[in-house]
Amino acid sequence: MAKVILRKVVKNYDDTPAVRGIDLEIADEEFVVLVGPSGCGKSTTLRMIAGLEDITAGDILIGEEVVNDVPPKDRDIAMVFQNYALYPHMTVYENMSFGLRLKKAPKAEIARRVENAARILDISELLERKPKQLSGGQRQRVAMGRAIVRDPKVFLFDEPLSNLDAKLRVQMRTEIKKVHQKVRTTTVYVTHDQVEAMTLADRVVVMNGGLIEQVGTPNDLYHFPATRFVAGFIGSPAMNFIPCKLEAAAGGLRVKLSEAIAFPVPANRVERYKAHLGAGKLLFGIRPEHLIEQRPHAEPDQHPFEVPLEVTEPMGMETLVHFLVEGTEVCGRVNPNAGALAGKPMKLVADLANMHLIDEASGRVL
Amino acid sequence: MAKSRSMKDDRRRAMIWSYFFLCIFVVFFLTPPFYMLLTSFKSNAEIASATSPWWVHAPTLDNYIELLTTETYLTFFRNSAMVSVLVVAITMAISIPAAFALSRMKFWGSGTLATGVFLTYLIPETLLFIPLFQIFVWVTEFTGIELINRWYVLVILYPTLTVPFATWIMIGYFASIPKELDEAALIDGAGYLQILTRIFIPVALPGIIAATIFAFTVSWAQFLYPLAFTTSADQLVLPVGIITTLIRGDVFTWGQIMTGALLGAAPPLIIYAFLMDYYIAGLTAGATKG
Repeated sequence: MAKVILRKVVKNYDDTPAVRGIDLEIADEEFVVLVGPSGCGKSTTLRMIAGLEDITAGDILIGEEVVNDVPPKDRDIAMVFQNYALYPHMTVYENMSFGLRLKKAPKAEIARRVENAARILDISELLERKPKQLSGGQRQRVAMGRAIVRDPKVFLFDEPLSNLDAKLRVQMRTEIKKVHQKVRTTTVYVTHDQVEAMTLADRVVVMNGGLIEQVGTPNDLYHFPATRFVAGFIGSPAMNFIPCKLEAAAGGLRVKLSEAIAFPVPANRVERYKAHLGAGKLLFGIRPEHLIEQRPHAEPDQHPFEVPLEVTEPMGMETLVHFLVEGTEVCGRVNPNAGALAGKPMKLVADLANMHLIDEASGRVL
Repeated sequence: MAKSRSMKDDRRRAMIWSYFFLCIFVVFFLTPPFYMLLTSFKSNAEIASATSPWWVHAPTLDNYIELLTTETYLTFFRNSAMVSVLVVAITMAISIPAAFALSRMKFWGSGTLATGVFLTYLIPETLLFIPLFQIFVWVTEFTGIELINRWYVLVILYPTLTVPFATWIMIGYFASIPKELDEAALIDGAGYLQILTRIFIPVALPGIIAATIFAFTVSWAQFLYPLAFTTSADQLVLPVGIITTLIRGDVFTWGQIMTGALLGAAPPLIIYAFLMDYYIAGLTAGATKG
């Protein structure tokens, strides 16, 4: 049980920067997910916390102690790897107890801890098997068991679900969450899958290009993204970004997407956006789930418009509709019974309470 | 349907051809030992006579009895065994840690060193034996330690052949062990020595056995070095012993030569037979995904 603090941590491989100075404070018992595209530095950050990579500059603290020069074995951490990294010649029991046996822990203590971890993970009947006799999901559990047995200060997960098939991944995701609720150890979890990040995390850290883009709860990131990158990375299908003009209109402001489509800015945002009147290039950002079919009773800040549909994708519970606004492809999510047909015009509404305005040059959400 | 049938035909044709070439291969390589076996059961008189060489008319065990009751032949055998066992032990003691260091610890010049190790293997012993001889002469001059014409000089010499190759094989095996395995062990609290003994050696056992077989075969069959460095009958190893004692001037005792060579070939064969299963078994299966 401990908190983890990263202070201005930098990692260069030769002259190539991988992590370019990040600050992060992870609270005790917190589940933090580092998420980002490949090459964003998230795995490197995790490996630096583990001590598998030296840090070029900055400080890493586990508990109250600076661990920059502490070898991995003395950091009191446990790590679960993407490919499980089980010792192939050892049984599950031996795999899980390896760390304790190296520490020369008493036999009874080892047995108690392994059995306890096996019970938590539901692998008690597999203890005598070798890794190659296990399925992917079982191997993943054993890898987690090996971490739990050591009762470390921090759990580190490096894309632990990437090697599982889609169905098992969802199952193990729930499993990991359950384990964290039972064993409340500080956890740092790396993934490139934003759904995994959203579902597991207490707080999500979105990384890009070796820097932290934004830290926040899953809901914060979804509703209040700080940058265009976060806005586009979180949520699937991704947020639409449409070039727009901000104009003064009767009683407030409006965003003009094309000659035909212009939306009034909700009254509570007028003050915030006013300063950007006539500023550089702006993008209108709106998630597909906020572009829906027209309903009999419009909510406030819902504004109707009509567009010819290019493509429709029925998903069962909803239908994705794609259309063009001034050459930019835009996606909306409508009710499957709303009668969306490719090639036909359709009446949609934009839920402007959930709109975003982005400065294209800086990538900041205004 | 038509397509699957033609694929079946293709497969059949491939099988027939592979069997055809395998048969040629087997005949080519097994004829000499078979001929040796036949000859070992013949008396000298029968070998010299003009009967068909492919049939034993009057089988006899004389050659075997004579060899196995001769003190010198047993000495050769014992010398060979001592040398080979010691060489295998020395080779493994050097190669395993060397391969581990070269494949896992990145230090200054480790890449160059790994290539260098392999390059030394490429220098043929025909180039080396004269300078080596000179070195041993110097050693004797300066220290008084007599190495030439002692069977244990071979224990010093053979590792120059076996260590580079065994190291090279094992660098390959160790490199195939996923990096995460040692990282997991590192986090579990293992030091380098423990990673080597408790993870790498068990996991790379097939590779280590391959290297062991190699080292044993090289030292058992080595001819040039013992020919150059040992001369007294009580210091000789098998390959050299057979030709120096069983060929007397221009008299070739073919029956005994064949018997001696055949018996000499037995230990490697037996070792192969025992270790082959290990050698083939893929112990790394299940280490990671798949």
